Amino acid sequence: MPLTSKHLLGLDGMSRDDMKLILDTAVSFREVLERPIKKVPPLQGKTVANMFFENSTRTRLSFELAERRLSADVLGFQATGSSVSKGETLKDTARNIEAMKVDMVVMRHSAAGAPHYLVRVIDANVINAGDGGHEHPTQALLDMYTIREKLGRLEGLHVCIVGDIAHSRVARSNIYGLRTMGARVSVCGPATMIPRDIGKLGVDVYHHIDDVLPTVDALNVLRIQMERDAGRLFPTLREYHNFYGVTRQRLEKAGRAITILHPGPINRDVEISADVADSEHSVILQQVLNGVAVRMAVLYLLSSRN
Amino acid sequence: MRKLKAQIIDEAGFERTITRLAHEILEKNKGAESIVIVGIRTRGEFLARRIARKIEEVEGVTLKIGSLDITLYRDDLLGKLEQPQLKGTDILFDLNDRNVILIDDVLYTGRTIRAALDELIDLGRPKTIQLAVLVDRGHRQLPIRADYVGKNVPTSSSESIRVHVREVDGEDSVLLMHPELPE
Amino acid sequence: MQYLLKNGRLIDPAGRRDEEIDIHIVDGKIARMARGLSVASAQVIELKGKVVAPGFIDMHVHLREPGFEYKETILTGCTAAAAGGFTAVCCMPNTNPPIDDESVVRLIKEKARMALNGLVDVYPVAAVTKGRKGEHLAPLAELAAAGAVAFSDDGDPVHDAEIMRRALEYASMYNRPVIQHAQDMPMTKGGAMNEGLTATRLGIPGMPPVAEDAVLARDIQITKYTGARYHLAHMSTAGATAMVRAAKAEGLNVTCEVTPHHFTLTDEAVSDFDTNTKMNPPLRTREDVDALKKGLKDGTIDVIATDHAPHSFDEKQVEYQSAPFGIVGLETALGLVVTELVNGGVLTLSQMIEKMSTNPRRIVNLPEIRIAEGQHANLTIFDPAAEWIVDIQAFKSKSKNSPFGGRKLAGKPVGVINNGEAYWI
Repeated sequence: MPLTSKHLLGLDGMSRDDMKLILDTAVSFREVLERPIKKVPPLQGKTVANMFFENSTRTRLSFELAERRLSADVLGFQATGSSVSKGETLKDTARNIEAMKVDMVVMRHSAAGAPHYLVRVIDANVINAGDGGHEHPTQALLDMYTIREKLGRLEGLHVCIVGDIAHSRVARSNIYGLRTMGARVSVCGPATMIPRDIGKLGVDVYHHIDDVLPTVDALNVLRIQMERDAGRLFPTLREYHNFYGVTRQRLEKAGRAITILHPGPINRDVEISADVADSEHSVILQQVLNGVAVRMAVLYLLSSRN
Repeated sequence: MRKLKAQIIDEAGFERTITRLAHEILEKNKGAESIVIVGIRTRGEFLARRIARKIEEVEGVTLKIGSLDITLYRDDLLGKLEQPQLKGTDILFDLNDRNVILIDDVLYTGRTIRAALDELIDLGRPKTIQLAVLVDRGHRQLPIRADYVGKNVPTSSSESIRVHVREVDGEDSVLLMHPELPE
Repeated sequence: MQYLLKNGRLIDPAGRRDEEIDIHIVDGKIARMARGLSVASAQVIELKGKVVAPGFIDMHVHLREPGFEYKETILTGCTAAAAGGFTAVCCMPNTNPPIDDESVVRLIKEKARMALNGLVDVYPVAAVTKGRKGEHLAPLAELAAAGAVAFSDDGDPVHDAEIMRRALEYASMYNRPVIQHAQDMPMTKGGAMNEGLTATRLGIPGMPPVAEDAVLARDIQITKYTGARYHLAHMSTAGATAMVRAAKAEGLNVTCEVTPHHFTLTDEAVSDFDTNTKMNPPLRTREDVDALKKGLKDGTIDVIATDHAPHSFDEKQVEYQSAPFGIVGLETALGLVVTELVNGGVLTLSQMIEKMSTNPRRIVNLPEIRIAEGQHANLTIFDPAAEWIVDIQAFKSKSKNSPFGGRKLAGKPVGVINNGEAYWI
């Protein structure tokens, strides 16, 4: 039973069967990561290009590790210092990379829809590693994997995403993925960070974090873009921390064990307090490990699909 | 649809073959001390459990049993029409310096065993790897042979062998099937 | 050259005529109008079931010349206009150099006279401010004297309220309207589509409808205070429609136009990131489309104009956020109007002609087209029943950036006659 699509562009519209296939396949790769030799050969002879038009050390390293552990040849490409800064278009860059006989392209880009454009101009399998404020499907899949690993299921859980929902691709992919898998999803943040009409996507909106915590099973805490947003989307970092920061005191008041996720890198004591990030309910480091397994599953499933 | 040509092993014969294989393994390894059992998914996994149980009965020991999913090591993955679902490798013990008894149902081209050997070697450094199969039907494409064979069955390459195990198929038997006829 | 237009249905809202009649045209003038005419020396054009109307004008076109001839030229733009059934266009000033100096007005008018022998009249709209920068008034009187029919910084708004007030006052001395591209810039910074459910789903930065409404609300107050003439370009929101309706009821000199894409498509068309759905103002919601249609029906909306905005193939072959705003519109306008508005029960053919000829000409002070013996023939002829499939590659425009390729439309131009020239499609 192969994946329905040749590419992984997003979770919006992806079937439950496809998501389940990726998550179940990732279990096998999670086991590979525990072996003494953490490398298996299914992508031997395949070339994967990682096209990162936007800086992202973590996602790029995670993909690169996943590719190498599947024995693929890996081609790294970073926009800084490349011809993109000399005005070359995405189309020309992509076609040049493809001319090197690349089988798969993993792309991170600052514009929503960039990978959707890419699949129209090249033949390789395309994996979206984050497109603007649109989607980051492998992040959401690893979040779902981690929640399922920790809590045993996704269906019927209440997952709340806290932070700048408006500009977050992680939030969108989580909403599409978790809702498809049967979870209840809510979002929480100041009104300036909640995008218009988001309720129509089937999520509940909260502006006060203490209102939502008593029913939450897992909390996905988004990173605050401090440089960009302070003074524009919220007044000060102190005020944000006071009203939306996830602290031990808040969690204790809620009176239940809430699993804490964070896509990283974390701003300690801004969106999340240090003791919560390091607590036994935090699965932040498991997310990192599971990210490699989930990306291996996606690469494997797309590459071996006819 | 393929039609049945002959039943090669029946229910009782199946049990006798398992017993004989268990004894041969014990004899060659001078007991169960150093051996671990690894079955290749799917049917080899069930055969492995049967053989292991038989050895345990005879020797009064508990054996370590694992299962191997060789999908990631196959050399025909990219040409396959149907993408096989990963079932995962499940070997929760150390292979170093053990005598690994690798078990599969049918030995044919040898490619599955090649993949299994590669994977086992990535998982550790066994002292020996010994291969036990229920049926050897010939037509090898690689220099591989079994150490323990339930039954040698001469076949033509257009025929097929079907192994049924109780756990999956409700009965124990080995069937030889006619070549596939066009509809 | 003599033409005998046989059996066409003449619809002339200004002359209050709607009848089947033959028209004999000699050297660009209407020689005779009667039933059952027969002229041996004339080329006979059989027009049974076709409509003969006063020549259409598209009062919102970007001809791109001078400066951006790789997108469109005056010649290719005029050809596209003729192919779309227009005998006149108003061209917008965001050229390079911009139309903020009388020499540019003269250049454009000169080139237009040479293109197609003057078949399509080109009426420049000059900039409100020098360099379209929104800071200092352009020489409005000189521009008007050279032939500018209106003023606009289109592509950008006149953002400064003080500049808008002074521009309205100054332009009113010459009875010229100021055409506003209403957009609050800080509110739309980085935006690429309408703010709402689809933008939220796609993660594309939004342009809220209130950014259009807020500027219009302010402008209506300034128009009221100055008593000047104000025309809202490419109105796209339900809120703006309501405000224009109220302003008109109050007796203010406020007019407005709507584009075919804004009454045909909604922001859901953006869903597959097709850059030909990116325009400014952006495609709005179903509620906005419904309000625009209501505004067309009740007369709140005076004009249908295309905002024809050619961009080269490569410019649109980029990720959505990087693509330039705008689509070509001249060659699909008539079909979209008939399909969506006439066949959709919003407008009669006569009302359609008013919004594509009579009203826009009145707004930019052009003489009324009279269809009578002895008059200069300025006619648009179209077949309201013809069905066709839009073929982008067949466009006469130099650019092909249209979201309507492959779309089935009813209503097709047949030909145009103007200034002694004819163009048959």
